[in-house]
Amino acid sequence: MSTFPLITVLTCIPLVGAVVLIGLDFERKQLARGLALGFNLVSLLGAVLLWLHFDSASPNLQLTERHDWIPSLGAEYFVGVDGLGLLMVLLTAIVVPIAMLASWRIEEKVPLYFSMFLLLQAGLFGTFTALNFFHWFIFWELSLVPAFFLIKLWGGPRRSAAATQFFIYTMVGSVAMLLSFLAIFWAVGTFDFHTLAEMGSSGKLAGALADKLGWINLTGHQLALVIFAGVFLGFAVKVPLIPFHTWLPVAYAEAPTGVTMVLTGLMSKMGVYGFLRILLPIFPNEMRLIMTPLLWLAVATIVLSACAAFAQRDLKRMFAYSSINHLGYCLLGVFVLARFTGNDGPLNVEKTAVLNGVLLQMFNHGLTAPILFCFIGFLEQRSGGLRGLDDFGGLRKVAPIFCGLMGIAIFASLGLPGLNGFIGEFLIFKGSFPLATWATALSVLGLLVTAIFLLTVLQRVFSGPLNVKWSALAELTWPERFIVIPATALMLLIGIWPQVLMGKINLTVIQMVDHLKF
Amino acid sequence: MTFQVQYLFLIPLLPLIAAAMIAVTRQPHKRFAATMGIGAMVISLTLSCAAFAKTLHRSSSAANFHEVHNFNWFTFGETTLQLGWVLDPLTAIMLVMVTFVSLLIFIYSIGYMAHDENFTRFFCFLSLFAAAMLGLIIANNLLLLFMCWELVGLASYLLIGFWYQKPSAAAAAKKAFITTRIGDVVFFLGILWLYSQSGTLLFYADGKGCLENLQQAEWAARTTIGGMAITTGIGLLIFCGAIGKSGQVPLHVWLPDAMEGPTPVSALIHAATMVAAGVFLVARVYPLMSANGGEVAGWGPGIHISALTVVTWVGAITAVFAACIAVAQTDIKRILAYSTVSQLGFMMMGLGVGGVAVGMFHLIAHAFFKALLFLGAGSVIHGCHEEQDIRRMGGLKKFMPVTFATYAIGMMALSGVPILFSGFWSKDAILHAAHDWPVSKIPFYLGVSGALLTAFYMTRQMCYVFFGNNRADSHHATKPHESPRVMTLPLTILAVFAVMLGFIGTPAWPWFQSYLNGGQPLFNFAELWQGEVRSILLLSTVIVAVGIGLGWWFYGRKPITSPDAEDVLERLRPDIYELFRNKFYIDELYEATVIRFFVWWAQLCDSMDYWVWNGAVLAVSYLILALAWVNRLIDEYAVNLGFDEGCKGVAEGGKLFSRLQNGRVQSYLRVIGVALTVLILVLIWGCRPS
Repeated sequence: MSTFPLITVLTCIPLVGAVVLIGLDFERKQLARGLALGFNLVSLLGAVLLWLHFDSASPNLQLTERHDWIPSLGAEYFVGVDGLGLLMVLLTAIVVPIAMLASWRIEEKVPLYFSMFLLLQAGLFGTFTALNFFHWFIFWELSLVPAFFLIKLWGGPRRSAAATQFFIYTMVGSVAMLLSFLAIFWAVGTFDFHTLAEMGSSGKLAGALADKLGWINLTGHQLALVIFAGVFLGFAVKVPLIPFHTWLPVAYAEAPTGVTMVLTGLMSKMGVYGFLRILLPIFPNEMRLIMTPLLWLAVATIVLSACAAFAQRDLKRMFAYSSINHLGYCLLGVFVLARFTGNDGPLNVEKTAVLNGVLLQMFNHGLTAPILFCFIGFLEQRSGGLRGLDDFGGLRKVAPIFCGLMGIAIFASLGLPGLNGFIGEFLIFKGSFPLATWATALSVLGLLVTAIFLLTVLQRVFSGPLNVKWSALAELTWPERFIVIPATALMLLIGIWPQVLMGKINLTVIQMVDHLKF
Repeated sequence: MTFQVQYLFLIPLLPLIAAAMIAVTRQPHKRFAATMGIGAMVISLTLSCAAFAKTLHRSSSAANFHEVHNFNWFTFGETTLQLGWVLDPLTAIMLVMVTFVSLLIFIYSIGYMAHDENFTRFFCFLSLFAAAMLGLIIANNLLLLFMCWELVGLASYLLIGFWYQKPSAAAAAKKAFITTRIGDVVFFLGILWLYSQSGTLLFYADGKGCLENLQQAEWAARTTIGGMAITTGIGLLIFCGAIGKSGQVPLHVWLPDAMEGPTPVSALIHAATMVAAGVFLVARVYPLMSANGGEVAGWGPGIHISALTVVTWVGAITAVFAACIAVAQTDIKRILAYSTVSQLGFMMMGLGVGGVAVGMFHLIAHAFFKALLFLGAGSVIHGCHEEQDIRRMGGLKKFMPVTFATYAIGMMALSGVPILFSGFWSKDAILHAAHDWPVSKIPFYLGVSGALLTAFYMTRQMCYVFFGNNRADSHHATKPHESPRVMTLPLTILAVFAVMLGFIGTPAWPWFQSYLNGGQPLFNFAELWQGEVRSILLLSTVIVAVGIGLGWWFYGRKPITSPDAEDVLERLRPDIYELFRNKFYIDELYEATVIRFFVWWAQLCDSMDYWVWNGAVLAVSYLILALAWVNRLIDEYAVNLGFDEGCKGVAEGGKLFSRLQNGRVQSYLRVIGVALTVLILVLIWGCRPS
């Protein structure tokens, strides 16, 4: 079994699916849907196999495959997973089928739609498993292209502008990142993440940059900072970090529901993943240098986006801002990790708490936020496209199960203990409090504001006298329940028994924190 | 470890299972839902009694008796987060109280909610609440306590908003959740701080818990901002959670609005149990609260300030503040709600000045008589066809005799009528401790005024509701009627306890105090006649007499005839009455400041998003467009123009030369001739000898 290239196969399944579907006639809708779902279920199975075969007693990269690709460019085909990658692969395999099911009713160019979806999934799998920049970057960009077309072709009324803004904005970040990596490659001649991380933490990278790239009299450290800024921009846009977030509300609001689910659940995680896999290990010193301003940016991301969410009147935009807020907690955790702790035992324990929290938060947000958008999608289907905060009222009367299940997702999102959202946030705050007390204390405000706007949604949409316009609103149908109930069960499971995830990631976390000591 | 401790987790788990099972039950199965809920509570009550019996049989020498069971929840890094449960006298007495009161209220709800279409959902939420509350009580970890704390908040949210079609109920539910969450967020920070300092959140863990051996703990001796001890800082943050949950000033605003929920909910959650959770929390982390905060300049020598000092002040202020408001309210449930706020203030004050036993004694006694009063109010509302305004009641004494009798007992217990009623003894203990408080005498005077006001407003309410003539609108065809047995039975049982409970904590036989603190209670009647005890007892008696007397003089002497009649106080001092009736305008103040600021701030964030951040991005994109445009201009005019001109020149030249090639032989010959001539001339010129 150890020789079976599980990860490659996993990445190829959706790729093959995409190719198969793109050849289908546009009228074979049902076949396209069925095939897409089939491919998805197979990759879910693959991800579950990966989960089972992952040895949680080993902190090392597992199931690695390494082949030369273009040796002269330092390009290798090198994949493998540790706890972080594993968690993200599993999340991808869970969320994409849910998102596809939520887009079941798309009627235009169905095979193309699902083909793009599968391509996107392949890009995500590749991003979360690749360990060589060259290879990784291809997948990183590969996921962007189908996302662009999905918004552009199937989105809402202002989809064209949204898609262009999304694409260009993300592309600017990607280009900056590419240039930075080219500079690095020029200086040290490798694209391998692991090697680069070792050079980064030992300071060799800065030295090599200074030797090879003497550029307007910058010292090695300054040069490294410039290069760092390029990579940083790429990830900061993707997550996003305020002030690089303006593409997000528009894109989320205009994208079709299924795509919004993938955008918020998975593509935003690519950014956080990048921070953890690339930025933090390769540029720990640079990150440490500007940690304080970054922390304040994270606090701003948390608080300002939560407040902005309260001011929204469009549910999708509101949850888009909420999504920025939740990822802000991840960023707070990531930035806190950069703090120098050396061999201070207790502080390193706090770091493991933060990193565990960040990973959990990625998974939990990746689960909860798509489900919330899924519910908004259901609501839109019933209301003929209306999704304003004040367009409804009293829906609980006609759709109690809808309200109950969406209520659970909302409470998971606001961090109610017993549901999944709480535990990640608790661990992030628990660790970051001693590491960055004031930033944490201010960030906690985000928890309060989140509660305010989420409860406002419950109040305006579901409570009060029934809006007569919706007196015939349909209750959640059985297929719809089939989509959301497993996810809800997962939320409960993680909330009550987080060890089920943490058992797999903890050793990776310890190892990553170990690397950050210097 | 004994089986009582081993299986302590079943006490919250059973109601939780019941809640889950009811949740998937269809609406019509009312009997099933009620059976499940009540059955679970009966078993929990039995188990609680077993646990209580266990704490009774401890050796009396163990002052700090507790048995714990801890287990691993999850591992991060190389550390493990442990949760667990604890059995100690504090837990045991709360368990018995909560399960017992819950059981009675569950039974009462069968009658009260009988005709509600969402009967099963009501029992589901009630059971969920009971589970969370019981979990909160047995938690041996501050995090677990916080989790249950949030879950009781959820249950409270769901139950306040139970009649969700009413916009006021939906708004009240939201207000309750958010107001308490303000406190909870600060509480959460306190938890984080405590965790980072002590390295554990377990209360008791064989000497390593965060409440054990605080005197020896290195971290507890450190100080923080302004020379305050870290323990005091953490204690104050944790207390903020209690302020929110227990409706202390300034976060009391949610509790009166919470009366939008069904009356059994008001009785169970917003009077007897959940709101007391804040008091319980302070009692639970008492070592942290009472840890020495150092001498603060200006308070005099020998007076040590701890977090408890703040607890005392907040409690004392709340006690009077809320009692004032209660004087001028006209909604039967709101009067009781403000009374609850005021009594919670008394409990806080008791904890602050007298210790765990004093505060907890009032908590337990209050739970019974306030549940009784609320259920009585529910019975009244039920009997008067959902009328809640006391001005439209009156004369119910003869229509509802059982309700009247039990309500009167509750009222006397709350007012603190001497000797017979529990409220007298518990309030007396608080006043006594406040009198001995070394820091300041003001809380004592505040407490005395609070007690006076309590007796006054309760008498006012009694007069309005039960005496005089019935002032109901004539459109009600039927007269007020007594409630069914299923509702009056719990009233009777609670009334018995409202009387009896007082005797377990009198100065003559302080059983309750020694149960919580350790030691043997001595039966000694002479205690009652000792100097200070006697004078405080006498003072209490006088206060109650004055309060009730004044109330009777104002409202009972002449029967109130019309619902629109002016209140006596309104006639005497309209300005003060207005101030009280409008709750000191606190809601309006918050509306005008905090809420308006928040809305403005949110709008600002949104506009900033649009104008500043998005503007910056647009500016960059326009800059790039402008660059592109400049580029185009350069292309067209500098580069292209030069190139085009050059090309044009070449073309013109070509044209010029092409004229030579016109195909006519004669012109070619002409050119050749001219050229030949020129050539010859040049050659001649060139060969000229120089």
